[in-house]
Parts: sequence; structure tokens; C-alpha cells
Amino acid sequence: MTKLRRRVFMTAGYNTVSLGTGRKEFNPKKPRPGLEEYIKEAGQGTLKQVGGGKNVDEGVIANFMAARFNKQGNLAAFIPSVDEALRWKPCVRVEGACGSGGLGLMTGVKSVLAETAEVVLAVGVEVQNTVKAIYGADILAGAGWFRGERKKGHAYFFPAAFSDRAGAYFGRYGRERTRKAFARWYRNAVENARLCETAQEFHNACPDLEALALAEPNPKSFVDHLNVYDCSKVSDGAAAIAIVSEEGLERAGIPKAGAVEVVGWGQVEADLTAPPADPTRLETSARAVEKALAMAGITAAELGTVECHDCFTISGVLSVEAIGLAKPGEGPDYILSGATARTGALPFNTNGGLIGWGHPTGGTGVRQAVTVWEQLTGRAGKWQVETSSQRPYGLSVNMGGNDKTVVALVYRRAE
Amino acid sequence: MNYADRLENVAVLGAAGKMGSGIVLLTALEMADLGLDPENKGRTFVLNAVDVSSAALSGLTKYLRSQVLKAAEKKVNALRKAYESREDLVENEDVICQYVDDVLALVRPTTSLEAAAEATLVFEAVNENPDLKVKLLSKIEAGNPKKPWYLTNTSSIPIQELDQKVGLGGRVVGFHFYNPPAVQKLVEVIRAGTTASDLAEFAVQYAKRLRKTVVPSRDVAGFIGNGHFMRDALHGIGEAERLSSEHGFVDAVYMVNKVTQEFLIRPMGIFQLVDYVGLDVCQFILKVMNDRLPNTVLHSPLLDRLIAAGVKGGQYADGSQKDGFLKYEKGRPTGVLDPESGAYVPAGEAAARSDPKLGPPPASAKPWKAVVGAPDRPALLEAYFRDLRAAKTMGAELAVHYGRVSKAIGLGLVQDGVAASEEDVNTVLLTGFYHAYGPVNPYFD
Repeated sequence: MTKLRRRVFMTAGYNTVSLGTGRKEFNPKKPRPGLEEYIKEAGQGTLKQVGGGKNVDEGVIANFMAARFNKQGNLAAFIPSVDEALRWKPCVRVEGACGSGGLGLMTGVKSVLAETAEVVLAVGVEVQNTVKAIYGADILAGAGWFRGERKKGHAYFFPAAFSDRAGAYFGRYGRERTRKAFARWYRNAVENARLCETAQEFHNACPDLEALALAEPNPKSFVDHLNVYDCSKVSDGAAAIAIVSEEGLERAGIPKAGAVEVVGWGQVEADLTAPPADPTRLETSARAVEKALAMAGITAAELGTVECHDCFTISGVLSVEAIGLAKPGEGPDYILSGATARTGALPFNTNGGLIGWGHPTGGTGVRQAVTVWEQLTGRAGKWQVETSSQRPYGLSVNMGGNDKTVVALVYRRAE
Repeated sequence: MNYADRLENVAVLGAAGKMGSGIVLLTALEMADLGLDPENKGRTFVLNAVDVSSAALSGLTKYLRSQVLKAAEKKVNALRKAYESREDLVENEDVICQYVDDVLALVRPTTSLEAAAEATLVFEAVNENPDLKVKLLSKIEAGNPKKPWYLTNTSSIPIQELDQKVGLGGRVVGFHFYNPPAVQKLVEVIRAGTTASDLAEFAVQYAKRLRKTVVPSRDVAGFIGNGHFMRDALHGIGEAERLSSEHGFVDAVYMVNKVTQEFLIRPMGIFQLVDYVGLDVCQFILKVMNDRLPNTVLHSPLLDRLIAAGVKGGQYADGSQKDGFLKYEKGRPTGVLDPESGAYVPAGEAAARSDPKLGPPPASAKPWKAVVGAPDRPALLEAYFRDLRAAKTMGAELAVHYGRVSKAIGLGLVQDGVAASEEDVNTVLLTGFYHAYGPVNPYFD
């Protein structure tokens, strides 16, 4: 592991419910919580565990498109609304599309390393059910290059962008087996989500998920190569976590066993105006993971759990390959072998991932860190998986846009 | 004149009414789509929405805006392609708003019948009153040099009669939408003996472009839809009158309505359906049919009495249900009319007296909504009606008898040549009345 000037930990995570279609309490016609309520719930969930706002030095809020979904800017100023003791403290809002949460985590990590803070409160939030899906698609398309891509793009811009990747993958490596892997991915996601009360698919009771997910795509009403089960849903939700130094842990009164240590990261940016060189690869993600593993001084074989950015099932397949667990074209075999299931060699997305838990876009990166923290510190309850001492590491990969803004983080249980 | 030429200048009469507004909506969408076809670049499509009520026309514009928006949201994929060359329309929202503007721009609401003077196609959807229809069409004929084609939404008046009385020389065809036109899949197309064949072909093409199910009906007063419904309703009224001597009118209406809805698994009881259509509209239709069909009596003195007393049913301008045989709150029946006092007796009181007499429906009964949504509908119905036939309750016996009469009415329509086949009768009831099964079936044999 690369020696850092000081050790950095994450602890005291909190996820709200991911609210949207599929949750029993979701009713599009009734009033729902807004940004304020989500930020407050998640922020206070973390502050309670660290002894309140008085123990926090800085705040970071990650969000993608509140300016359009909620007509709201200046989000950093919501952080002091979480706890009066946060007033007058430095706060910042970061944005990198669906990779906003990852950027928020990195911002906190750098503050701790810069010794400007011992405890950083990181909150990620998105409230997207304020508009119909067809207009939400316009808003989310902002993660692409508006002037260069939007006009010729599809009504459902991002599903179509990843449908194109799926089409290219089918063309090169075969359609049937890949679609079977998509269906398995969906099943694993929902089965994991059923164990986690905050997950959007927690109430999903479909008896045959793989059969459901194999429905033929309908290009007329949606996109060419994906159906709706291949897509993460529209979600409202927030997540929060504390990013701390050793002093910070002491100040919060949290033993090391209650934290994970950040042992590697890769933060990589690609050119928004350049299309992917090879649509069958997530090159930016692969570079970020490579850096993070190298910094941690480990190989993928030492990973015990992974949170990957499965905004679509095809992103799940491509993530498996980007992490280096399967060769190009062999991701589907890896998934179909059962390796990514909760009982497999390397459980992925143990409380559902973006497809099962939900995808409040700007909040997802923080939610992934919370999930890894819960898993590695034994706080996962019904969705806890067994991890061997040979594989003590966790990995999260958070991707913004079409593989443009990526943050990969490697964690292990703190000692 | 090709299909698009014919739709370049259209007039809809009765445009703000229940049927007219739906016809304006569907026709305006079709015209806007033609306008977006590169083949028709530079052409201006105009739809004159003519109605006597200025207030209703402002309601029409509001209705159109909300419905066109919904339609645009549904077909945004196609619209993005249609507006491909418009560099200024980038987001879905841009494209959707432009389409709403384009559709509304071609609709010209007006109270003046002269607006139809340039029309090449006239769609008539005014009240079901033969004299009114003849008067309006004659006025347009006198002022329009273009020899327009006429589509009439009449649900009962023979097309040939309109043709002859107005002197159209075959330029008219029956095009009967079901209510509401934007939702119901069915269109009855009625070709009179005199109807021009290219007009008949146009009517079918137009219906198909609107994604409607077309059932041809012979040009006999009432056609298939009302040919069945009016007789079915008269039977229901007759049953209630028969039962009222023993159970009183209020309970009799309650019983027949309940049996026709719950025991027969229909979307509404027969009295609710009469209220929905409107007692006055039913009276108009019955009169049209009665005057024109020999050897049959289609008349209800009870309906006449209630209408004279001001009980009319139908809907308010906002679409909510007016009271008729039944009283409604939020669209649900909550009371039954006592014609002696003119007051409504709470449905709960009628139920408390009547339900024990009717007995419960068989245990295999399911609500209509669950049946139409079930993948194994035929098996479900088969099993339920077997149980119904075996049940010895008053409700079951009334229902079986009702089902048999309904079937006989359907077979009569085929026998009289109004419908070409049993299947056509069933299609009309399934798609125009949303029944879960056609009246010609083996369930009550």
C-alpha cells in the first residue's frame, strides 16, 4: 500500500430509503419528502453516531441535478440545516453526474489528508420523482455532452447510450448468453434488495425474476437492446458517511473496529466530448480500478466484496471485466457461474446495487461507501455476507455519465 | 383527392360535446401527424371545431391541451424523428411542447357554422336528433361548393335516410365512435346502400390510422351497438318493473343493477349504464329505432315519465356523473331513485333489504376488473358461470335469465342481418362496452 501522510477512515454511514416505483409507500400523486428532508435524515443519521455536529470540521454535499429536478442551487448551505453546530463551518457541493457521490468522498478524503479537517460529513442526495420519466430523461441527459450529443440522441438518452453498448457487445460476443447474464444480474440484484429494508426493490415479490428480465426489448416504446429490467429505476434518496482521521475517530468515540480504512483510490476523468473508443469496454472505470488496486497494493483476487455501478445490467457485465475479474467477452460467464451472487466467490452489490437498492444519482457514490462499511464491519444484518480472511478488501466503483467521471475506492476493516 | 387532401380542411360539428371533443382530439392528432410528414411539407391543415356553446369551446381547448400533451409524451420517440430538422428543438420537452402547439394551432374553435364552408370533410357529432342533423347538414351543403364528404357519428339513425333527406348523393357514411372516443377501441362503420365506395374505403383507412377496431354494421336503425344495448336496457327496465310489485321499485332497481354488474361480471349495472349514456339520449335513440323498425316495440313509458320529471343522467361539463336512476358521489352509485317522492334512498338501505333475498354470488365470482385483466379469462368465466347456473339463489336465477335474453338479442341481430356474424356482435360488446365476454356465448345454455 502507498504510504499516506496520515490514515483515512470512513465510519458512521447512513442510508435513507430509496423511494420510487416498487416501494409500497410510493404514490406519485401524493406529496413526498424533498431535498431538505433527505439531507437532514441522512446527515443526522451520521451525526448521531459521531457525537453531533460539534465534532465535524467540514461538510461536503454531492448532488447531480437539483437545479433542474428541484429548482434548487447553493446546496452546500443545506448542510448547516442538519445540525445547528455545523453553521459557519466550511461546506462545499460537488457535481460529476452519477459520479457526484464518489467526488464527494474524494473531497472529504483530501480534506483529511490536507489536515484541514479531522472529521468531514459527506452527504449524497438526489430527488428525481419531481418530474415524469420522459422529462427526467432530459435532465439526466445532462450527464452527456449537451451540444454535441443531445439533439441526435434518443428520447431516453442514457438507456439508449448503454443500449448501444449492449448492442455492440452482442455483436462481438453473442446476444443470448449476454442477455442471460443480464437476467441473472437482475435476479441477484432484486434478491439482495429483498434482504435490505431501505432498498427500492425490498417489496419486490416476483417469483421468477430471470424469466421476467428476459422480456424482449421493445425498440418502439423504449430502446433497441435493453428492457426496463435492465435499467436502474428513478429514485429519491440520500446517504451520508463520516470521513475521518485517527484523531477524528477518537474525537467521535468510535473504535477502529467500527470503521473502514481507505487504502487506495483511483479518480479518473475522461473527455466528455469524445465518444468511447471501444463501446464494449468501460475504459475509464478500468483505469480507476487499476489505480485503486495498485495504490492498495492488492489484486482483484483479494477483494471480498464489490459495489459496482450497475446503472444498467450491461454496466454490470462491463464492470466485471473492467475490474479484471473476467477477460473481455467473458463477463457473462463469470456472472452465470454464480461468482457475483451473495453466496459466490466475490459477492457484488450485496444490498441490491443501483438496480436493486436504487439509484438516487448524485447520492449513489456515498451509498456505495455506506454499503461497503456496513458489510466489512459486520453491520449488514440480514444481507451480511461471509468474507474470508484471505479476501479482506472491499471495492466501490462510482461512474458519472457514459464512463466519464469515475472514482474507485478500496477499503478494509480498520485495525 | 387523396387521404391527406381530404383531411386538409375538416369541420367537426358538436365539437365541444362528449363525443365531439374526442373526435376533434383524434382527428387533430391525425392531421398534425400528416402535417409532419415530409410529403406534406408546406401544407396547412385546418380543423374547424364548431359548437353552439362558446363556454364549452373554451373547455374543449383545455381538454385538448391536456390530452395532446399526454399523447405527445407517449410518442416522443416518433416526434423526435419528425422534428429532426428543427435544430432549436433539442430536449424531449422542447419537442413535446412544439407538438402540442402545432396540434392546437390547427384547431379553430368557432360558434359559426359558416366555418364549414371550405371543408372537404365534415364530421357530424351533434345530438341524436334526426331533424337537427338534417338541418345542419343541409345548411352546410347549401354554403359549401366543395361537395364535402360527411362522416356522421349517429348511433341510431339510418345513413341512407340522412343521405336522402339532405340530398348528398352518397357522400355520407356512418362512423360511430364509442364514448369516450379517445379511449374506446371500437368504431362501427355503416355504409348505406348509396354510400360512395371511395368514401367507405376512406372511412376504414381513417379508422385504422386512428388504431381503432372496425366493425361493419348494416344500415339498420340502432346498428349493432344500440341494437343490443337498447333491447338489453329495456329488458332490465322490464325486469325491475316486474320485481317492483313484490319488492318495491327502489329495491327492484337496486337488484337488477346489482345482478347485471356483479352476477354478470359487467363493468356497470344496467341502470348505471343508462345513467351514463343519459336517459334522454336513450329516449332519443329508442324513438329513432321504434319509428323505423317494423314489428317491434322499443319504448319505455317509465323512461318518458322520469325524463318529464327532470331525471336525465348524463355527465356534467367536468365529466362527473349526473344523478339518474341512481345517485352518484365521486362516480360511485350511493342511492336509488324513488320516483314517487323524487328523493334518493341510500343504497345501503336497499342493500340491507335486497342482498339477503338475492343471495351471494357464487364463491368463484371475481370483479369485472380482475376478470378482464386475467390471462386465463375464458377458463375463469367458464368455471364461474358453471357455478352460477348451479346456484339456486334468486340473484343467480335472475342473472342466468338475463344472460339468455342478452344472447337472444345478439343472435337476433345476426338473424336480421344487422351484424354479419356472431363474432361482430361480440366484438362490439367487448370493445365498445368493455364487456368481459360477448353476449353470444355458451355460458347460460
